[in-house]
Amino acid sequence: MPMQAQDIISLIKEGIPDAEVEIQDLAGDGDHYAATVISAAFTGKSKIQQHQMVYGALGGRMGGVLHALKLTTMAPKP
Amino acid sequence: MSEPQVFERIRDEIGKNDVLLFMKGTPVFPQCGFSAATVDALSQLGVKFHGINILVDPELREGIKEFSQWPTIPQLYVKGEFVGGCDIVREMFETGELEQFMKEKGVSLATAA
Repeated sequence: MPMQAQDIISLIKEGIPDAEVEIQDLAGDGDHYAATVISAAFTGKSKIQQHQMVYGALGGRMGGVLHALKLTTMAPKP
Repeated sequence: MSEPQVFERIRDEIGKNDVLLFMKGTPVFPQCGFSAATVDALSQLGVKFHGINILVDPELREGIKEFSQWPTIPQLYVKGEFVGGCDIVREMFETGELEQFMKEKGVSLATAA
């Protein structure tokens, strides 16, 4: 079952409240997305930790209902 | 401690292989775009790596996700350290960070002719 882009944004924002999230539907099939997530919560964290925080917010959907999410994360520029 | 038995196998593989990629398919015949992109980055750097095809091993497929606390495949390990999945590896490759990282870890890179 594909996921709606809006649902992905809501989940990420629920988990990381200050996150700015941008989603692109890569293939137009509701199954392959690219997301850019910017949050102050990422400051001082490694890339792995940043991605794990987003996966955590998605609550186990990643790799399940959400097959493909190309992820870019960053802390806000000072 | 009730740790999944498969963790021992994973540790063993990580210990045996300096550069190890858990992937879908094989390095010669990747069966997922994300695995293929990761193989491509490593190949372009001239890194010799060992690929493990998790598609033929359901126990490993679930085990590695839990072991790394990472929900997706591929997963790259260098000298026992989890580096990341496709997006991180590709981003590191594009910024030159991956080459730097391999050098710091003492992984030899074949310079492309």
